[in-house]
Amino acid sequence: MDAQAAKYIGAGLACAALLGAGIGIGNIFGSYLSAALRNPAAAASQRTNLLLGFALTEATGLFGLLIALLILFG
Amino acid sequence: MADPLHQFVVTKTIPLAIGGVDISFTNASAWMLIVSGAAAVLLWLGLRKPQLVPGRAQSAVEMLYEVVDETIVSSAGPEARKFFPLIFTVFMFILFANVAGLLPYSYTVTSQIVVTFTIAFIAFIGITLVGIANQGFGFLRMFAPPGVPVAMYLILTPIEIVSYFIRPISLSVRLFANMMAGHVLLKVLAGFVVTLGIFGAIPLLVVVGMTALEALVAVLQAYVFTVLVCVYLNDALHAHH
Repeated sequence: MDAQAAKYIGAGLACAALLGAGIGIGNIFGSYLSAALRNPAAAASQRTNLLLGFALTEATGLFGLLIALLILFG
Repeated sequence: MADPLHQFVVTKTIPLAIGGVDISFTNASAWMLIVSGAAAVLLWLGLRKPQLVPGRAQSAVEMLYEVVDETIVSSAGPEARKFFPLIFTVFMFILFANVAGLLPYSYTVTSQIVVTFTIAFIAFIGITLVGIANQGFGFLRMFAPPGVPVAMYLILTPIEIVSYFIRPISLSVRLFANMMAGHVLLKVLAGFVVTLGIFGAIPLLVVVGMTALEALVAVLQAYVFTVLVCVYLNDALHAHH
């Protein structure tokens, strides 16, 4: 196998980080919805935390994408 | 298809070198000036003639001020207010840079790791100095949280040390990767609009939706950066746990 092919495989494998990010983001919004439906009065106060958690989780997936780009172009 | 990474290329507008050091004026520096200028103009417009019942510009400035103030007080305590000017400046710069990056033909300053890392590293060094000035050697207690069995410190302390020194990296990579990935995604989808012909309407709709999401991410990442700087400041100002 030449180095270029190995690079592409490695970049594809690095995108596996998106698996965790997907589970995490789904978990955050799912938990928020189930909690918000139980207690709708408190839902609005937690929206900042929801978006903060979303942004922090999304970033972990992007770290994987970054590694993929580094492998491809680094 | 055009190279989706082409939009991040730094071009020299005014080539300049002093003593072998390249200090050319580039498109990135031009956009940094535009971004800082836009933030300064908004603040100047809003605070030019302060009134009891605020107008549009004054309301915008007051809202930005209140968001940052509330973030600082809720995550680092009222005594962190003396760092308000620095945190507000960082927030305004990142917010304006992220939002300006969404304009067509603009350059996203925060999609360069060197820019975000510089901001994060200055914050990290500053916060560490504040922690040492505030707590002296007690600042080291942060690496050995109380209430765990002594044997655990063998594992826990190295982890705490690594997680402390990784902070500027995670802080800067989070912002830079978000900005870069978002813009690359928009470019790739926009490429499909042209190549798919009549079916290009589908990716066009997706691009419109993604642009809305990117606008949310642009504001959110500026806020996340500010919140995390405040959280780190909290560690420096107050003894751990």
